[in-house]
Amino acid sequence: MYEIDAKGIYYRKLNEMLREAVARGEKEILLKNVNGQYYIGDGIRQGDVKITIDGVPGNDLAAFMDGPTILVKDNAQDNIGNTMNAGKVVVEGHAGDVLGYGMRGGKLFVKGDVGYRIGIHMKGYKRQVPVIIAGGTAGDFFGEYMAGGILVLLGLGAENGKPIVGDYLGSGMHGGAIFVRGEVDETRCGKEVGIMEPDEEDMKLLKSYLKEYCEDLGLDLEEVMKRPFKKLIPVSLRPYGNLYCY
Amino acid sequence: MNHNYEKDISGCGLIGIINKKKQRLGGEFVKKSLCLMNDRGNGLGAGFAAYGLYPELSDHYALHVMYDDPTSQRDFEEFLKENYDVEKIEEIPTKPVPSITISPLLMRYFVKPHKKMLVGGMTEDDFVVRTVMQVNSEIAGAYVFSSGKNMGVFKGVSNPREIADFFRIEEYEGYIWTGHTRFPTNTPGWWGGAHPFTLLDWSIVHNGEISSYGINKRYLEMYGYKLTLLTDTEVVAYTLDLLIRKHGLDISTACKVLAAPFWKDVERMDEGEKDAMTALRMTYGSALLNGPFSLLFGHRKGLVGINDRIKLRPLVVATKGDVVFMSSEESSIREICPKPDRAWAPRAGEPVIVELED
Repeated sequence: MYEIDAKGIYYRKLNEMLREAVARGEKEILLKNVNGQYYIGDGIRQGDVKITIDGVPGNDLAAFMDGPTILVKDNAQDNIGNTMNAGKVVVEGHAGDVLGYGMRGGKLFVKGDVGYRIGIHMKGYKRQVPVIIAGGTAGDFFGEYMAGGILVLLGLGAENGKPIVGDYLGSGMHGGAIFVRGEVDETRCGKEVGIMEPDEEDMKLLKSYLKEYCEDLGLDLEEVMKRPFKKLIPVSLRPYGNLYCY
Repeated sequence: MNHNYEKDISGCGLIGIINKKKQRLGGEFVKKSLCLMNDRGNGLGAGFAAYGLYPELSDHYALHVMYDDPTSQRDFEEFLKENYDVEKIEEIPTKPVPSITISPLLMRYFVKPHKKMLVGGMTEDDFVVRTVMQVNSEIAGAYVFSSGKNMGVFKGVSNPREIADFFRIEEYEGYIWTGHTRFPTNTPGWWGGAHPFTLLDWSIVHNGEISSYGINKRYLEMYGYKLTLLTDTEVVAYTLDLLIRKHGLDISTACKVLAAPFWKDVERMDEGEKDAMTALRMTYGSALLNGPFSLLFGHRKGLVGINDRIKLRPLVVATKGDVVFMSSEESSIREICPKPDRAWAPRAGEPVIVELED
């Protein structure tokens, strides 16, 4: 494994070093002592590269990424996987706001809580199916303006009786599917969203993604599957109304 | 005026640290933490506030004043001697920093209002507030940018590292610190426009923009506040002074004014809370802050962090023993506290209120 010590290195230099290593043909790269460096892994295309990050990467991790796998051994910040096309990001801690914005392929797995505006404007086409799975709770605007792909929220370790997802769930949604483990409060959903029971086909698909998720993060799949899921899909084309002038 | 009207676009970075047991922490920590977020600012403003700063003169108001020229200094000092007992006058210690080529004259004064000035039930705090408003609006080129007791603000136009070095921040200790790096959006990057913004011992650092500035400003003007510093954040300092010190609201209620729950959520509350929230909104609608913000405010008894109602700016909180950290980015906390006991992102509009013990 090729190691880069990122301690005190400015993001621009660190990303140059990372790109050089990838261009040289390094397949397993460990970035040690990362703290706050922006843009790690952005736009990298090599699908067979695995980058492990020791520390908290800065904002805009894996933006426009097109192939590599990134494993974050700690918490992560905002804007992971913006417009990501392929590859995978696994975060062993929690992550921030606006994850997977406009994401169009690949996977983003977060073990802990995630912030606001997760998977907004996510899109999919034929074999391009972006998937985001968050293990903890999420804030408002989960899947806002979602146009494709799959968003999954598990609420593991959430306080009993407290909602695991915020307000405006799927507001403006017009494609894709959201799976929430447990109950969904209809009044917190966008008006375009229909809440239903997943059918057998849905569960098969969901389980295959969750199997991979649990393997990556050392979780027990059976435990995760113990609670039933709700499926949310768009049922109307009505655009979202008056939020910003309310 | 010591500002330049060039406009730039962008985000800001903020950091707050409080030791609940009042153990004082050196300025190097807040500097190190803030410097990690250097790229959130653009060199057009940075600053620090510290509490527990002047223990030997803690019963005097510490006025930090910036002057465009010696004339404004002379005018201010004449005014000061007529109205205050002045215990100590000194230059704010600075160190030459190559990138800071122009700076205002910077002085600090430890003062108490003359007893004879306090007429008609006016308190010392009222008098100091009146002084700040009067000086900033009437004495050309003089700006009081810090006016609390046992606390002080240091700010100017440059990056966090340069401002910290310029003001020798590492030589100070405090039990509450806030820091800010600025990326001005709609208002000029000038020395008085850097954060923190203060009044008495309220100090505010803010990321975002307050689009209700006009409404807030007109509302505050009815109570005698004068908004002279050309930046939206100024309204927050004066609003807190009005709501908490003058009107006696507690901090949590004041936060419900700044980031009021949406009407649709008020509808869902039980009757008592619904009535309270409705009354608050009817009374203080003009003090509601609209637009995206994450902000921290320090005060005599603690530190508070709060976001706008739909979380349009980042805020992360972490704890380690008696210390609580609040920041725009978790990495800036981890830079000075690698292994916090707990780290989380507060919910939109829900304040994190940390009070000093005892």
